[in-house]
Amino acid sequence: MKSLFSKTKLLESRIEEYLDHTAEVAMLFREAMKDYLEGREEEFEARRQQVTDLEKRADEIRLEVERQLYQETLIPESRGDVLGILEHTDEVIGAAKETLMLLSVQRPKIPEDFRSDYRELAEYGCRAVHELVMGIRAFFRTASSVRDYVHKVTFWEREADTVGERLKRRIFSSDLELARKLHLGDFVVHVDTLADDAEDVSERLSISAIKRSV
Amino acid sequence: MILLFLSSGLFLGWSLGANDAANVFGTAVATRMVKFRTAAIVTGLFVVVGAVFAGAGTTATLGDLGAVNALGGSFMVALAAALSVMWMTRAGLPVSVSQAIVGAIVGWNLFTGTGTDVPSLVKIVSSWIACPILAAGFAAVLYLAVRALIDRVRIHLLELDALTRYLLIAVGAFGAFALGANNIANVMGVFVPAFPARTFQLFGAVNVSAAQILFLVGGLAIAIGVFTYSERVMQTVGKSLFKLNPVTALVVVLAESLVLFLFASQGLESWLVARGLPPVPLVPVSSSQAVIGAVIGIAVVRGGRGIKFGVLGRVAGGWIATPVIAALVAFLGLFVLQNVFGVTVRRPVAFELTSSAIRRLADQGAWEPEFGLLTGTRFASEREFRAALSRGTGLDASALEAVFSAAAIDSFVIDRLRLAGLDPSVLSPAQIGAVAALLSSSYRHAWELEDALAAGSSEWAPLPDTRANRIANKALESELRYVFDTFRVQPRAP
Repeated sequence: MKSLFSKTKLLESRIEEYLDHTAEVAMLFREAMKDYLEGREEEFEARRQQVTDLEKRADEIRLEVERQLYQETLIPESRGDVLGILEHTDEVIGAAKETLMLLSVQRPKIPEDFRSDYRELAEYGCRAVHELVMGIRAFFRTASSVRDYVHKVTFWEREADTVGERLKRRIFSSDLELARKLHLGDFVVHVDTLADDAEDVSERLSISAIKRSV
Repeated sequence: MILLFLSSGLFLGWSLGANDAANVFGTAVATRMVKFRTAAIVTGLFVVVGAVFAGAGTTATLGDLGAVNALGGSFMVALAAALSVMWMTRAGLPVSVSQAIVGAIVGWNLFTGTGTDVPSLVKIVSSWIACPILAAGFAAVLYLAVRALIDRVRIHLLELDALTRYLLIAVGAFGAFALGANNIANVMGVFVPAFPARTFQLFGAVNVSAAQILFLVGGLAIAIGVFTYSERVMQTVGKSLFKLNPVTALVVVLAESLVLFLFASQGLESWLVARGLPPVPLVPVSSSQAVIGAVIGIAVVRGGRGIKFGVLGRVAGGWIATPVIAALVAFLGLFVLQNVFGVTVRRPVAFELTSSAIRRLADQGAWEPEFGLLTGTRFASEREFRAALSRGTGLDASALEAVFSAAAIDSFVIDRLRLAGLDPSVLSPAQIGAVAALLSSSYRHAWELEDALAAGSSEWAPLPDTRANRIANKALESELRYVFDTFRVQPRAP
């Protein structure tokens, strides 16, 4: 009996690995932000490199999973949904990598006043991704519990939006010159993207879960 | 030559395989859960097994309805059913082979003037109606159970997928078995009475009856139908049937298989009777209608959305239209076959109120003075005899039945050669002994031989007609038929 399901279990663990990487990227992103805001250059670059490596690895796994699902015509009913969710999640990882790259290249000078807000923004983004990953895990077993996780993702995304707006207002009502204001404002958007993307995926997840209930 | 007559039955078998296999594996194949090749092999194998080992029950019921006792007649009956099915399919009307065959048999009865056994007909028609309803009930219950189970067990989507695949194959095998057991009667049932009830020795060890050989041939025809044509039907059926997901499909196939099995299983029948419960009649039913019933059952449980009442209406219409059309086609076909081609479509049974028949009726208290007018005259067919009887008498059905069975003329001679050929696996030693005791006797009425045998051994005597004994009495009937077929000789010219 075990051998009948061994292939299936292998595929399952692949998907788990992918989700693990996603969660890890989110945490690395948060820590990298802290490093940058506190001026720890080396640590920041090291984490940024880790994120880049993980992103590549995650992509490979995703393609492997996709290939196997199609080749063996597995889960014909849900295949489209599953692969769509995984692909979309890829964008979340991509967003994190992109933001860190922009930080590394553009090196915005962030005044001390605003640092804790940026930190909070990154934290909420990370939490949103975390709940998303749990939601995707739940999707595979108990579709009915996905709702809870989707709610949480939405909650953190709203928190992130609130902080983001507050931060932007503070930036633009400060004494900095316009160019710097714009630069900093851009980065609010970049950091916020993580939570936004996570929420997008969770919407799709929610619909797929409804479809799954027999 | 025999093969030529069987051809219409084989064609029916082929079309059954082509169309009905889709009810078992259609959704599985259309949703890419099971490969067509796997489905075809499993179906072919289990249909043959079901037909050969479990097809006798439903065949007996069709035989009760009307025993088509000449090959020419069987050929036309099967052909009429096949043509009706083809035309109605072309016209896009839902059609069931089971219903076509029943209609065609009734057509034969009408043409040959043999009365149709009304209780059998009632049993059959009520089974047709019960079939989708039962399927709906089973499907609803199974669906709820499966849903609750999945919720509770929290199985991973991929594991559920793998499990469902294996189950679809297993349930498909059961479904094919049930299809073979239940529907082989439609394919070969009308040919069974035309063949003498003999047994044959296969490879010197296994005993098979003539009926089982017919079932094997029919089953192979079905299997060929599955391999050659069913893929297309599977793709159509699987996709059109109310977008089923694989787990729901599993429930539907399981419900449908259970219903067909229920209506075919002699084992279940004995089990129920032994416990004093009403047995399920063994009747060929439509697998398509069972599937429709199952799908609707699930739709109802899910909230009643998406039930197409139009489809239901057409199915019910089919219950009436199919047998009527088949009966008409059979009647016309038999007319042409007999009168234009000179083929024998019935073995004529003559009737005469001989002195022994008169005595028997008197003993039974069924003698009417009006019968005196008819004594000594030989009537060449049931119709003539019935017409002669009704002129002047107002007899009810059971009284008529008594007169028919008493007056039916046959010809049996217990000779040494045939006695030696009796198969000890069909009759018990005591039974064979009773036959041997009648050596050199001859009989003009079947009941005379029957009575003589019962006098010789209690194993030939029918048990009192209670529900519990009905199965044993049925077995006795087939043993008697075996003896009749063995010792029947061509009647000497009057």
